Amino acid sequence: MSININVTLKIHRQDNKTTPSFIETHNIDSISSDASFLEMLDILNEKLIEEDKNPIAFESDCREGICGACSLVINGIPHGKEKGITTCQLHMRTFNNGDIITIEPWKATAFPVIKDLVVNRNALDKIMHSGGYISVKTGSAQDGNSILISKQSAEKAFNGAACIGCGACIAACKNSSAMLFVSAKISHLINVPQGLIENKSRVMNMIIQMDHEGFGSCTNTLECSSVCPKEISTSVINELNQEFISSVFSTSN
Amino acid sequence: MINKLNAKIPSGDLPNKWDNYINSIKPINPANKKKYHIIVVGTGLAGASAAASLADLGFKISSFCFQDSPRRAHSIAAQGGINAAKNYQNDGDSFFRLFYDTIKGGDFRSREANVYRLAQISAKIIDQCVAQGVPFARDYSGYLDNRSFGGSLVSRTFYARGQTGQQLLLGAYSALNKQIGLNNITNYNQTEMLDIIIVNGHAKGIVVRDLLTGEIRTYAADAVVLATGGYSPVFYLSTNAINCNVSATFQAYKKNAFFANPCYTQIHPTCIPVTGNHQSKLTLMSESLRNDGRIWVPKKQNDKRNAIDINENERDYYLERKYPSFGNLSPRDISSRSAKEMCDAGRGIGESGQGVFLDFANAIKNLGADTVKEKYGNLFHMYQKITNENPYEKPMRIFPAPHYTMGGLWVDYELMSNIPGLFVIGEANFSDHGSNRLGASALMQGLADGYFVLPYTIEPYLNTIEANSSSIEMPEFKEGKDKVIDRINKIMSINGKKSSSSFHRELGKIMWNKCGMARNEKGLDEAIKDISNLRNEFWNNVKVSGKINDYNQDLERTCRIADFLEFAELMCYDAKERKESCGGHFREEYQTSDGEAQRNDEKFCHVSAWQYNQKDKPILHKENLEFEYVALSQRSYK
Repeated sequence: MSININVTLKIHRQDNKTTPSFIETHNIDSISSDASFLEMLDILNEKLIEEDKNPIAFESDCREGICGACSLVINGIPHGKEKGITTCQLHMRTFNNGDIITIEPWKATAFPVIKDLVVNRNALDKIMHSGGYISVKTGSAQDGNSILISKQSAEKAFNGAACIGCGACIAACKNSSAMLFVSAKISHLINVPQGLIENKSRVMNMIIQMDHEGFGSCTNTLECSSVCPKEISTSVINELNQEFISSVFSTSN
Repeated sequence: MINKLNAKIPSGDLPNKWDNYINSIKPINPANKKKYHIIVVGTGLAGASAAASLADLGFKISSFCFQDSPRRAHSIAAQGGINAAKNYQNDGDSFFRLFYDTIKGGDFRSREANVYRLAQISAKIIDQCVAQGVPFARDYSGYLDNRSFGGSLVSRTFYARGQTGQQLLLGAYSALNKQIGLNNITNYNQTEMLDIIIVNGHAKGIVVRDLLTGEIRTYAADAVVLATGGYSPVFYLSTNAINCNVSATFQAYKKNAFFANPCYTQIHPTCIPVTGNHQSKLTLMSESLRNDGRIWVPKKQNDKRNAIDINENERDYYLERKYPSFGNLSPRDISSRSAKEMCDAGRGIGESGQGVFLDFANAIKNLGADTVKEKYGNLFHMYQKITNENPYEKPMRIFPAPHYTMGGLWVDYELMSNIPGLFVIGEANFSDHGSNRLGASALMQGLADGYFVLPYTIEPYLNTIEANSSSIEMPEFKEGKDKVIDRINKIMSINGKKSSSSFHRELGKIMWNKCGMARNEKGLDEAIKDISNLRNEFWNNVKVSGKINDYNQDLERTCRIADFLEFAELMCYDAKERKESCGGHFREEYQTSDGEAQRNDEKFCHVSAWQYNQKDKPILHKENLEFEYVALSQRSYK
């Protein structure tokens, strides 16, 4: 059943990365519990625009949990307290009448603030440029069924490939480590045979790039996995570590 | 008028046309390829695959997307699968069968030669994606698995859980990343194309806005490729990402590229119904659910009982009743229209009466809840998150919603528009889907265009021009830039009272009610008038916040809505002009006695390509469709 509730928002505002941030309070009256969290912000923004005030900048696109654009820290937790969803899949029915809700951007050195709740995540793409692929030219492929992959391996590869690149894992980590993000791609590509040819250089290059972009080290606090909207397991980090060690000792590298 | 629309179909028998074409190309010397600079706008399946494949060949590429990463293009959200005529299931699939299903599914309004090529290429796409590491579903022996999709009686759809689009896009994105890493592609994120530059009749560059700084810049090239997707958000509520828009193709149209069949829009039958005014988008439930889910409504009008309290004999499984051979797997246009028919007859379900049931009770009973969960778990999860209802316990409520647009810029066999040097691929072109696209064919077409068609068909054009044929110092670039700046200044200076979103919502209502699932002449005339009034109000009363030279999401959105407000009118002209029903275009005046779409092949067996006319109504050009290999027939799924 849909009901209407009132909530108070405490929102991080910031013009750009060089200006100081401040917290702005907004009262939301009578929002439908069926509305999504972002639709609640849409309604607020429309009101702000018509009142000649600055709307709150936040990112979103697909609004069904797959593009990875939305990125809010809600009451201290990336994507909010519900497990296995992105911010755009969060609904107002998970809040109570009278709740005070804080909304902040991803916070990490490698993610400078662009405006308000929007941060620059280009560092994630740069890690991918350094090796997050199998080097196959268009046209080189043989018949799809000439590479057999067990159902279990395909499932395992998929679990890593399911990453949507939102960056919540980094926002949740006290070290701002991108270890889960990088490991998910490594795990995806070592669990299919066609990915094994380049695995040693891939893991090395991606880790070097990760460090270069200013992400921190992994100290196994496992916060990353607990906020991951695709619930990617930290077991992928073990896979990466094994690959990394064997890469370091590999004679060909 | 003659020769304005030369589709350049190669000679020879249908199965040989593509080979004949390839054999006729004079390849560009590999050493010279790097001298040619190509701009690719959009990084979805079509754009990313094209950019990567052209870079593989040695061309110099610049790619552009308005998102903060190429990986967020809307192809990422495609759920169900990708068709390919592999015949791995030994069920009689072939190039011809996929070709025929696609032509028939499109209600005989697409080009034979293009569709046959698509079917031929389809198998190679799967190979390419497997080689990239795309984790397609496998059976226990390790072989690739398939499932069935609407409009086909063979099992030819390859899938990766309910996230096939995501996995295919990440494959294309990885190919793009490799070339970015090698410096063969320069990629511009958060950079939105706002206009195209034409020099002596040829496409030579684009004008963009840097979304982070607001700066307007120009880029020069030897050819421009648009892979900018479809325009479903003209309806405001659609299954598309909220930032999808028509601006790139519409601006090209205003520079004299012809817009083909804009009224062909696909309303997808299985989406979660609208719940309230707050709603910003509609969520699709993959068509794959129709493999096991059964669609029904109560036989009685206004029956508001719980589904479980309605006995079997009081239910109408209307698709199974009306179309016994295809049943719940009937094509999208037919399934959507049937749902509307049921709701119009007062038999819709839910509070609004705008919904039908998609029921898994039988599947759960026969296959077990675990198997159903394995097949559709993520979709059930998504449904429950949005509706707060458990689809394992009570049937899903679904209703049709705008999902895909078959219309787009007119292109010839080489995927070049009528503007030399302007290529259009993926959903952005008027495509191979005729007036209705079959499920799992959008991913196929996007990747076919990008990986295996454009890399061949762009060379003959490049052979006709010198490399380095343009520069941003040319006066056309300065003019183009000034024009864009003027327009943005104008929008910012209106300083009215209403947000651009409120105009978008109003436009959506007009389009959904009068140019949606069913259309008629009177309604279309009203819509044209309503849109024109709304547009006038927009240009006098829209309110845009923030600054021009800054990160400004309100301004981005408003520019896109301004284009939708013009484009919507073109859709209505096209819908009005096409006095027949075909596929997704249903004109109430033209239907058979049992309510099916009635085509008029004598008068409308053509592509309608519209030319922009600044002073008056757009000008219609026709490309006649000739069918040599299939016989035109009344489409039947009974």
